[in-house]
Amino acid sequence: MEAFSALVAAEEAAGSFDPDAKNIAAATNAGLAYGLAAIGPGIGIGYLVGKSVEAMARQPEAAGMVRTTMFLGIAFTEALALIGFVVFILVKFA
Amino acid sequence: MLAERGLIFPPINEILRWQDIFPTFNKIALIAVLAALIGIVLFLLAARADAKKAPTGARNLAETTVEFIEEGIVMQTLGKSGLGWTPFLLSLFIFIFLCNIPGIIPIFQMPATARIAIPLSLSLLVWVVFIGTGIKHQGMGYFGGLLWPAGVPTALKPLVGAIEFISTIFVTPFSLTVRLMANMLAGHILLVTFGLLTEALVTAETKQAFLIPTGILPFFMLIFLTGFEILVAFLQAYIFTILAAVYINNSTVGHGDEH
Repeated sequence: MEAFSALVAAEEAAGSFDPDAKNIAAATNAGLAYGLAAIGPGIGIGYLVGKSVEAMARQPEAAGMVRTTMFLGIAFTEALALIGFVVFILVKFA
Repeated sequence: MLAERGLIFPPINEILRWQDIFPTFNKIALIAVLAALIGIVLFLLAARADAKKAPTGARNLAETTVEFIEEGIVMQTLGKSGLGWTPFLLSLFIFIFLCNIPGIIPIFQMPATARIAIPLSLSLLVWVVFIGTGIKHQGMGYFGGLLWPAGVPTALKPLVGAIEFISTIFVTPFSLTVRLMANMLAGHILLVTFGLLTEALVTAETKQAFLIPTGILPFFMLIFLTGFEILVAFLQAYIFTILAAVYINNSTVGHGDEH
């Protein structure tokens, strides 16, 4: 963060710095970053849960095992969307 | 400059950083200490209760939780030989859940796991535990099995080794940390957003007549999200614990194909 604020200070000194422009760029790019990061995991989790429901409906006796594996799969898939969210926070606020 | 009226979202530090209650001890630390204390006291009370009578109160809750960990986590991942891991996984689950749940409790309104310190320490603990277990069960051969799963052609060994090394040693604790932290942070920011929306509509200075009825909509969303956060607090504690169990299982039986 210190490195970035030093950059900002340098730009301010050069007279070319506009805080509004920076905020607008940050908000736009942060929204874009999160939107892109959510596409893949969205499709992935939908497919995963759909297949799990199918498996549970076919074999209700295996429901417990399928559910555990489903949560594991969701956790791994969801991590990508969450990293996207962290990137959103970093771009928007840092 | 933007006009200083209407809905102003506070800077991120305002919703995440708390003043020290006394030096080096703020609200996050208070929640973490309370979570540990409540967990310890609850299970001490449960241990004191007469085991021959039908369980009531604290003992009932503790028995349900232990049974959930045994049936839902240990038996599903480690199997019967892994029942010795129940106390460790139980403590992880209880502590994470009790750190998550203040996110929706009035006065606290902040999940302690939304700051990276607690998730990071917990995942480093899990990391040390599963590597230690691997060395204990397989000796130094653990690292060989970690880098090169059975059946890898010699030509691919450098590539596979590098990928496996990075994914086990670095990505595992990183993704454990970020999964827990980002989920709780996202929930906290959602609650803040809808709380602010409600407040801004009800107390708007322009005082148009339709603003207050409109404010009911984000308020309903706030109530719905509060319920949703209870689910997330439980689910994230469950997922963290079950992933810890899976990693430990991978170390005890050799490197599986789970990822």
